[in-house]
Amino acid sequence: MELFLSMFTYPFMLRALFVGSLIALCAALLGVTLVLKRYSMIGDGLSHVGFGALAVASALGAAPLPVAIPVVVLAAFLLLRLSENSRIKGDAAVALVSTGALAIGVTVVSQTTGMNTDVYNYLFGSILSMSGEDVVLTTVIAVIVLILFILFYNRIFAVTFDETFAQATGTKAHLYNMLIALLTALVIVVGMRMMGSLLISSLVVFPAVTAMRLCKTFRSVIIASSVISVLCLQAGLTISYLYATPTGASIVLCNIVVFGIFYAASLLRERKTPA
Amino acid sequence: MSLLECRGVSFAYEGVTVLRDLNFKVDSGQYLCIIGENGAGKSTLMKGLLRLKKPSAGEIVTGDGLRADQIGYLPQQTPVQKDFPASVEEVVLSGCLTSLGRRPFFGGEQKKRAEQAMTSLEILDLRRSCYRDLSGGQQQRVLLARALCATRQLLLLDEPAAGLDPVVTRSMYDLIGKIHREQGITVIMVSHDLQSAVGSATHILHLGQDRQLFFGTKDEYRRSAAYHSFLGENSIRIRGHARGRKGGV
Repeated sequence: MELFLSMFTYPFMLRALFVGSLIALCAALLGVTLVLKRYSMIGDGLSHVGFGALAVASALGAAPLPVAIPVVVLAAFLLLRLSENSRIKGDAAVALVSTGALAIGVTVVSQTTGMNTDVYNYLFGSILSMSGEDVVLTTVIAVIVLILFILFYNRIFAVTFDETFAQATGTKAHLYNMLIALLTALVIVVGMRMMGSLLISSLVVFPAVTAMRLCKTFRSVIIASSVISVLCLQAGLTISYLYATPTGASIVLCNIVVFGIFYAASLLRERKTPA
Repeated sequence: MSLLECRGVSFAYEGVTVLRDLNFKVDSGQYLCIIGENGAGKSTLMKGLLRLKKPSAGEIVTGDGLRADQIGYLPQQTPVQKDFPASVEEVVLSGCLTSLGRRPFFGGEQKKRAEQAMTSLEILDLRRSCYRDLSGGQQQRVLLARALCATRQLLLLDEPAAGLDPVVTRSMYDLIGKIHREQGITVIMVSHDLQSAVGSATHILHLGQDRQLFFGTKDEYRRSAAYHSFLGENSIRIRGHARGRKGGV
């Protein structure tokens, strides 16, 4: 208990809890749309691109986030275009881009700094990674994402549920797809320092899929997945602090447990009320 | 002036023309049924009317102040939707989006509109139900209610009875006929099912392989060669199908 309380005396832990919760909230909101639109893998692809960009930035001695953000945003638009274009299958396109970026990143890193702790942290995440500057940037981005998501909530629902109808009745579906891709890219870049580029996409996918097991309206899915996401992040961070486990992995493990509970509950409910 | 008119319209995919030289018009208050076999280009024409696909030749003219945001559309269902966690009310309300303009949220006006649409499609008691838990016929009603929210002028329906059993199909067509009569909304419907679809229609457009076989009123159509050849082909196919089944047993 004393160890648990001491957690709150470290500024880096408070920073991680605060920033992490913001990122988890944004990732959960966007995740619902991404999962329903069958774009889950885009998040995964983007995080690998982010790794490549961070590796190149550190090799050049540049600040990581200002380099990574534009690169990942560009990659998001590219992946969206590829997914909409049926000539290369969308999922194959994502795999091409993500492994390509990972290869570039690893090559650059091995030629410059070597595979050191920094690289390890990029891949699997660390709570120590947040500097004061990062906190400000992340907070600004998270607030922008939240405001845009709330303002366009009804339009995002319409485009997610039925893009053709939205487009046919005069909603600029393509514009909203771009908006979703842009917001996703931003959340992934700022989130991957803490979660690790291999695990950040779980923050997008897990809470949404978990909430969909039980919730029956879009609004309740959004709310439940936000709550699940934030709680799992905080629990995961605490575990990571107490037992010195990798941050990203601890958060994902919490998500797996909650998913298991929701899945079991949905099975129980189905048995009670046979369709 | 007509609500919508096609003048010498053709559609092509990557240089291959799938429909050529269509000429027809729809006036306010009419009910046009577009029929044709699978692959006759019905869905392509629908996309063209919705301005989602540009014609490769000719022009589609809209009159009477018809804009894209005044069209109600009932698309064919996608696999994504069948498993979508949303309440009936949320889906229907999303049809009101076009009347929002620049405002971000729905107000009382839109909610009332959605309620009226749900009432006229007899799904008001399902408003809190989850869309993915509904039967195929109920889902179609929800989507039709959403289309009604988007328009007071023109409904475009793409195979509204696809995948429904005969009884539900019948009541779906009856419902569309009722909306057309009582609310005075112009209807353009695509179907491959001649017998049950034609019922309430005032006009028929019959598409053959890549071209227009007939356009005119329903009564004219009943006397036309296109009608009889279509019926003949279909009845032969049905008989052939029945024989095949018997052989299997």
